[in-house]
Amino acid sequence: MNHRLSDRTRRVGAAAKRSAFFVLATAIVLSANIALAQTPEQRGLEIAMEADRRDEGFGDSQVTMRMTLRNKNGDERSRQMRSQSLEVADDGDKSLIVFNDPADVKGTALLTFSHKEGADDQWLFLPALKRVKRISSSNKSGPFVGSEFAYEDLSSQEVEKYRYKYLRDESFDGRDHFVIERYPVDKKSGYTRQVVWLDTQHYRVFKVEFYDRKKSLLKTLVSSDHKQYKDKFWRPGVMEMTNHQTGKSTRLEFFEYEFQTGLDEADFTRNSLSKAR
Amino acid sequence: MNGLTPVRALWLATALLAPLATAGEWSGNVGLEGTLFAGDPLFAEQSDSNLSLAFEPEYFHDWDDGAQRIVIAPFLRVDLRDKKRTHGDLREAYWQRSFASMELAVGLRKVFWGVTESIHLVDIINQTDFVENLDGEDKLGQPMVSLRALPEWGTVDLFVMPYFRERTFAGNEGRPRLPLPIDQDAARYESSRGDQRVDLALRYSHYFGDFDIGLAHFSGTNREPRFEIAFDPLRGASLVPNYDRLEQTSLDLQATKGDILYKVELISRHNFDGRSTALAAGLEYTLTGIFDTAADLGLILEYLFDDQPALRTSFRNDVALGGRLALNDVQDSELLAFAIVDADTQTTLASIEGSRRLAQSWRLSLEGRFFLNPDPTDFLFGLRDDDYVELTLERYF
Repeated sequence: MNHRLSDRTRRVGAAAKRSAFFVLATAIVLSANIALAQTPEQRGLEIAMEADRRDEGFGDSQVTMRMTLRNKNGDERSRQMRSQSLEVADDGDKSLIVFNDPADVKGTALLTFSHKEGADDQWLFLPALKRVKRISSSNKSGPFVGSEFAYEDLSSQEVEKYRYKYLRDESFDGRDHFVIERYPVDKKSGYTRQVVWLDTQHYRVFKVEFYDRKKSLLKTLVSSDHKQYKDKFWRPGVMEMTNHQTGKSTRLEFFEYEFQTGLDEADFTRNSLSKAR
Repeated sequence: MNGLTPVRALWLATALLAPLATAGEWSGNVGLEGTLFAGDPLFAEQSDSNLSLAFEPEYFHDWDDGAQRIVIAPFLRVDLRDKKRTHGDLREAYWQRSFASMELAVGLRKVFWGVTESIHLVDIINQTDFVENLDGEDKLGQPMVSLRALPEWGTVDLFVMPYFRERTFAGNEGRPRLPLPIDQDAARYESSRGDQRVDLALRYSHYFGDFDIGLAHFSGTNREPRFEIAFDPLRGASLVPNYDRLEQTSLDLQATKGDILYKVELISRHNFDGRSTALAAGLEYTLTGIFDTAADLGLILEYLFDDQPALRTSFRNDVALGGRLALNDVQDSELLAFAIVDADTQTTLASIEGSRRLAQSWRLSLEGRFFLNPDPTDFLFGLRDDDYVELTLERYF
């Protein structure tokens, strides 16, 4: 596997050398153009909007997730949940997450209406009491079920939630990437900035670095095993979040992704929350 | 007539569940509970410790593309000291059918209404399984036919409840318990149909932006009994539960404004005694990421008011203060500390509830209740020597 990969890299390298002159010439012309036409901020926003545009029209999706929480001694705990999402025109997505494991939280469910601007709406269903509880969504920087993922890392990534800046292009693993920086608009965010690596071909996120409120590197997210669904929508199969300050990490795996399954608004209500399994 | 004996519940559960053992899904828990009381008991037949085992399985099965569902959730407890606390119930046993914007359910169900934390004023559908816990959060399954309509402008629920379930109470050996024995067999009903009267309830609920609202009316037999003292030359004095008729209109409202939740529960009731009002209102303010950790601390402040003339277990002019600590750790560790203080007598009910997951499928919980500064006129006076600490270890499956 490694061998084949390096083989391909070599071939790509040779091809790149052959066309190096043209690339260089084009780059000079392009960068001159960009310098005239676009600031790094505009370029960053443009990349974020293009990534968003490429994911438009997914309609709805369903997926089973397994989370493996690892502490610095290597002890592991797992979580299992099922998530449904609905694309909402002109606003943030709606989502419903039902927990299956650990068994003591089985049936607990979380309904989120994310918004492009302002606080998200969130309701929690507590199965023991049969209680639907509206909860404050302002704790976006808090950990999601004790993991290294914060609520804001998993919520619908709307373009409007950040300001952007293009940094550079960077190649690794045989792919070319845009490297952009984004700054959360919400003052409640736990981050001052994030550095995001998206591949130039499909605008898929491969890596994110998170900087905390003290501006030091807090976490790194690495996404892999991307798959394309419905010939359009790319989703990672694995997301690995490492906390550099605590040594803890969380691996999030996705199984049985389904798109356009016919979910609608009625599947994302307080009523459906209380019935979710 | 108090519903199910443990044996009957078990028999019924087995009979119902046997054919379902292969389809659908089982979950539930078994819990061992140990209680230690701080002081000597008030009554000779009580003890200063207790041990108890509870079993609560749940079966559910969806079919017809999710349009039909069956849920069966029996409950069984065996108590070392109190014969009355050794009891069983069907918490839920219902069939549900969903239509386009309508749902029909038939059977025993559990329904929760309300927003406040210290007490649950508007929550009236289910009878309290009071022998389980003083906090009133354990409920008996309520037989009903319920219809839910889901128009665009909200949720409308209609409940038709053909059978009344009497409240459970601790027996003479039970602790804590009321100061006199309760003669449940002598329970009296205002309605001539007794426990066969058909109770009705209607509720509208919806949300508007940051506001969640619920408006309801209940017409039926009050879940909370009024006690009359009876005297028998042989057995002495006892308390006889009286179940009066009740018309109750309620409002529950929550405004979710950033870190602060504002909550109101308001009821207006009418019974043989006339009209009365009760209120629970307050706020919950959450401090996130306290002390540079992942923990959240929720501060709870609620005011409780009740002008019902009859002497009852009511909070007439009380302030509830509390803190909820969530560590947001891998074990989901939580701690809720609470005090409800009577503004007139300073009688205080203090409570602490904490829990933490052990390994993947176990949970260890701690509960403590303390009756401080009891005034002889307060209903908590009878529990003045019943401060306790309880540890529960549950295995979930």
